[in-house]
Formats: sequence, C-alpha cells, structure tokens
Amino acid sequence: MRQALIKEQAQTPGKWWRRWLRWPASSGDWVFQTLTLLAALCLVGLLVAMALYLLAEAWPSVTLFGPAFLTSTAWDPVRGVFGALPAVYGTLATSAIAMIVAVPLSMGVAIFLAELAPDWLRAPASFLVEMLAAIPSVVLGLWGLFVMVPLIRDPVEQWLGGNLGFIPLFQGPPFGVGFLAGGLILTVMSLPLITAVARDSILAVPNSQREAMLALGATHWETISRAVLPYARSGIIAGVILGLGRALGETMAVTMVIGNGYQVTLQLFAPANTMASKIATEFNEASGDVYIGALVELALVLFAVTLVVNIIGRLLVYWTVSDTSTRGQ
Amino acid sequence: MKGQRGKSGPTQSQSLMRVLIIGPLVVSLLLAACQGGGGQPTSTSSGGTIRLNGAGATFPFPLYSRWFDEYAKITDVQVNYQSIGSGGGIRQITEGTVDFGASDGIMTEEQIKAAEKARGSILHIPSIMGAVAVSYNLPGIPSGQLKLTPDILADIYLKKITSWNDPRIAQTNPGLPNIKVAVVHRSDGSGTTYIFTNYLSKVSPEWKEKVGNATAVSWPGDIGGQGNEGVAGLLRQTPGAIGYVELAYAKQNKMPWAALRNAAGNFIEPSLTATSLAAQGVPLPDDMKIMITNPTNPQAYPIVGFTWILAYQKQTHQTKGKALVDMLWWAIHDGQKYAPPLDYAPLPEDAVRKGEAQIRSITYNGQPLWQR
Repeated sequence: MRQALIKEQAQTPGKWWRRWLRWPASSGDWVFQTLTLLAALCLVGLLVAMALYLLAEAWPSVTLFGPAFLTSTAWDPVRGVFGALPAVYGTLATSAIAMIVAVPLSMGVAIFLAELAPDWLRAPASFLVEMLAAIPSVVLGLWGLFVMVPLIRDPVEQWLGGNLGFIPLFQGPPFGVGFLAGGLILTVMSLPLITAVARDSILAVPNSQREAMLALGATHWETISRAVLPYARSGIIAGVILGLGRALGETMAVTMVIGNGYQVTLQLFAPANTMASKIATEFNEASGDVYIGALVELALVLFAVTLVVNIIGRLLVYWTVSDTSTRGQ
Repeated sequence: MKGQRGKSGPTQSQSLMRVLIIGPLVVSLLLAACQGGGGQPTSTSSGGTIRLNGAGATFPFPLYSRWFDEYAKITDVQVNYQSIGSGGGIRQITEGTVDFGASDGIMTEEQIKAAEKARGSILHIPSIMGAVAVSYNLPGIPSGQLKLTPDILADIYLKKITSWNDPRIAQTNPGLPNIKVAVVHRSDGSGTTYIFTNYLSKVSPEWKEKVGNATAVSWPGDIGGQGNEGVAGLLRQTPGAIGYVELAYAKQNKMPWAALRNAAGNFIEPSLTATSLAAQGVPLPDDMKIMITNPTNPQAYPIVGFTWILAYQKQTHQTKGKALVDMLWWAIHDGQKYAPPLDYAPLPEDAVRKGEAQIRSITYNGQPLWQR
C-alpha cells in the first residue's frame, strides 16, 4: 500500500510541490503532510534565524577584525583586540585528545559488552556506562577539578615531565589544569556515547555473519575483527562522531579544568581555553559592541567548526557504507 | 541506547546522533544568543503592591536578596532582583527594561552616553562596600603572615617574580620556600577582577600600560578559575599558588590571606572595618563615580570598592519612582545593618552622605521624589 503510494507519487509528473498540491488522496493525508512540512520548516527556520541573529550580533567584530579574527592570538578586552585562534585550537586540541583516548577505550568496552561479557555482567555494566552519560557536566567538572586534576598534576604530569620532558608535549610547569585535563574530562564525557552506539551497532550485526566465520574455523578474535567490526563500521563511526560532537560543544566541565589560559602551544600541561568555555565564562560581564560581537563571532566559528566536523563525519559514514556494499557485490 | 541483539541498528544510532550532536550545539548557541533576553517588562503595581525590577551585579546578590526580603516585610514594595552580572545590569538599565541596575564597576563614558541619550542622566548610588583578599597556598605560612607590597604583587601578576624565595619577597617575608609561583586569576568576567586590576593599575604603571583595568583582561599568566570557588579550588590544590577572591568568600571558607601594604605604608589585613575605612576621611566626589582602591586612610585595606545601584535621575513613573527612592534611602541607612553578618562592609558616614544627596536629586516631572 505504502509502496504503491510512493510509486504513484514518484510517477506523477511535475514539480514536487505540484504533486503535493494535487495529492488529495484523502483530506487527512493532506493535513498530516502539511503539518509535518510546517514542523520541518520550523526547524529549518529556527536554524536560519539563529545563524542570522548570530551574524548580526557579531557584525561589529566581523567588520572590525575581518578574517584576521581567525588567525589572531590576542584577547584583550581592555584594548578591544580580539582573535579566535587559541580558542579554536583549544577546542580542536582537547577534542583530539579526547578522541585519541576515548575511541580505543570505548571500542574495547563495546566489544566486551556485546561479544565477550558473561550474561550476568552484561546488563549491569551496560547500565553503568549509560549512567556515566547521565552525569551533569558541572558535576563531572567538580569531580575533575577536585579529584582528577590533583592526580594529573602528581603523579601523571610530574612523571611525564621528569621522564619524557625532552618531548615538547611534556614540557612546562605541571599545573594540573590545562589541555591534558580538558581532554581527559572530555574523554570521560564522550566515552559512554561512543560505547553505547558502538555496542548497539555490534549487537545489530546478524548472527549469521558470526556463525559463517566460526564455521570457517575462525577464532573468536578473527570473527570479531574480520566479520563483526567491518559490518558494524558505519555505526561505530557514527558513534565516534556523536562523541566528538559532545566534545566540541561541551562547556562547563571543560571550563572548570582547562585552566583558562589563552595560548597556542604544543605543551599539553599548559592552561588553555575552548570556544564554548570562553563564551560561557566571559559573556555575563562583557560590555561594548565589539567585545560582545567578538564573543558572538566565536559562537559563529564554533557553529562552523561543528558543522564541518559533522559533514566530514557524514561523508565518512557514507563512504564506509558504500564501500561495504560495493565489496559485497 | 537500550540495544537488543539485532533490533536497533546503525540507522537508529544515526538519528540519535543527530539529536545529540545538535542538542549541545543549540544550547551553547542559545547561551550566546540570549544576551539582552531575560529582562522582564517593567511591571506595574497590582493590588496595592508595587513591584520594582532590578538586575545586575552578582557580588552583592546575597545581601540584596536579604534586603528585598526584609523590605517587603515592612512595606508593600516587592523588589525582583536578577543577578545577571554587572554588564547585563548596565545593558538592561540602558534599555529601560528594569527600574534599577546594579554594577560593581563604573559605567564607561560610552555606556553613560548611551544611557543619557536614551533616558537622561544616570546616577551611581553606592550601596555597600566589598574587598578583594589575596589568598595563597604556602604550607606553614598562616593567614596574615604573608606581607606583600603593591609592587611585589603587581610583579607577581606580571610574571616578573616567579619564585617565592625571590629576594624582593624575602625583604618582608624571610625564609619562604623555593617553589614556583602559580598565578591564579578569575576566568569569568567579574567585578572582583575589575577591582583587583584597578588596584594593580593604580600601583603599577607597567600593569596599567601592559594589561589595564577591566572585568576581564589579557592575563600575563598562569591559570584561570571559574568564579570564586574555581579560584579557591585551584589555590587549595596548587602548591605555591596565589590568587584573589572576594573577602566574603575568603572569610566563609577560612582561606589564608595576605596583609597588603597600603598607601600610608602600613601592612593591613582585609576586614570589614578596614574596608569601610577606605571611604572614610578621604575626599569623595559628589557623583560617587570613584574607584576607591589604594585609598589614603592609614588604616584602610587597599583593594576595596563600592558596588553601585544605577538609577535614572528623572523617573518616568510617579509611584514607582517614589518607591524606588524610598527603597534606596532605606538601603543606605537601615539596610546597612544586614551587611556585616553577610560579610559585606557597610558604607561609612561620608559615603552615606553622598548617597543621600544623590537620592534627593531624583525627580519626577521636575519635583524631587524624596520627601521627609
């Protein structure tokens, strides 16, 4: 029935809106279609309105600094000179640290939960992972500041600085707060998301895949690495993108542990800042069109960065899916 | 996320992904976009109760909410105060969405011009005084034992003095350990930072030239904490750290503080009395637009400031204007007794006189609203 309808719709000549106007199969259908269309337009309208509003608010800064806003490292409210580079760098660097640590870890957890864990452990462990996602970020931030940061300063940074201090990454005074702490708190936040989605994807792999591999005499490891993971690949990547999205946009927890310096440096221990945390911390007391404009422009840049990362993620999913299907033929 | 084997697949995960990625983004953008929002339309009296709306500084908020509670008990005036930050308070009073604003800093020339253009002359009425304590983490040095001079404090914050056993610090504090100084500042824009950087700008020409005075500045180093509690947290766990917090916060959390050398050359520990003294026996301007940091009173603590209530001199609503004037008068007189229990310093006599004169100058239709 639905197939036939879709077919009919596709065969009706003319533009889509003409088909829509000329489609009074029943008045109920038409009302329903219109309502859903309005809902969809509402969302698009909201997004456009938001972007336009941001642009309008950011205009004093956009016109004053131009493209140099993206490359400047200054942030001086006293003199009214603003640049976004350290914040953009901070956002990308902390998110990168989070992904480097979180992806392998959550893959391990997901594979264990989906394939290896004994039944009695599976449900409680999955529940705990999901609980981790439910912790409010300000609570995580407090935990980060009072529990994680002291541990990062001593022993982690002390040890790294003492033994691997010849690497630029591990130089500088061990404050505890900084890129590393920011990245690790984001790891904690993105871990449950990646794990949950990856586990679901692995669970969704048909049992026939596993059975076929095992029937060929494959070991457990070979089954997982050659049959299950490739099959679940697009879902896993989607999970990583989801975690990355959370990492890029996270504000509160990062603000509390990142040290709020403003610099572009390779040193992992250095205090840094992210776009989201810069906006959140300074907006309340900001005064003057340019200062506010610069903060809003930062939001625009964050908007753009998130969009680009999402698009790249989509393309990755798309490519892996089409790759799998062509190989299947 | 409750996946059963074979049931939920990548598509479900992907739609979940869409929602969860866009969610935080929207929230963070809304956060940025909601400036200027949140201002209630100025409500009028209803059923005998007069409602006043105010918005602004967060620093005096605990006191203000106590004030307005008490005030509602003795009058039929209800004051609704939103602590949205000084910058927000200035914006809202300029736009006329509130009956009064509140700020920890003086409005800039630009801001005053914008307000005057919109609604005429705007008054800075002092409501209370606050101090900023310099706290530290040096094991074995009890509160008040660390003695800092203005130039040392400025050079520490300029990152020119980087170790606690620096010979200059040793002049007033012999025998400090050889640990690195970790400079902690507020990361969020705040009135506390405004007062602190105002002080540093007054005592150090280099600070004034390189960094300056604002609610948020371009710090030479090192780490920033979110709010008083963020700074306190960093101080507590970083050996060798130095930072600044509101006196009230330092007192309530028993944080060690440094004695600072004031303009008269005496080392003074922060206290409510030493704060109030800063505005006593020194010349105060009639408009009270003065940052009182580094005062000349020999017993005064140097990093102190007023917090102000901002109100238009020409009120446009008689009943509400009258209610506002009465409330302000009460605040700078009877209201002051609520300050010390909450660790705010009451206005000294001199400042109250200046405030009275300002309240008397508020008019409606050319007639002064204050009558007694």
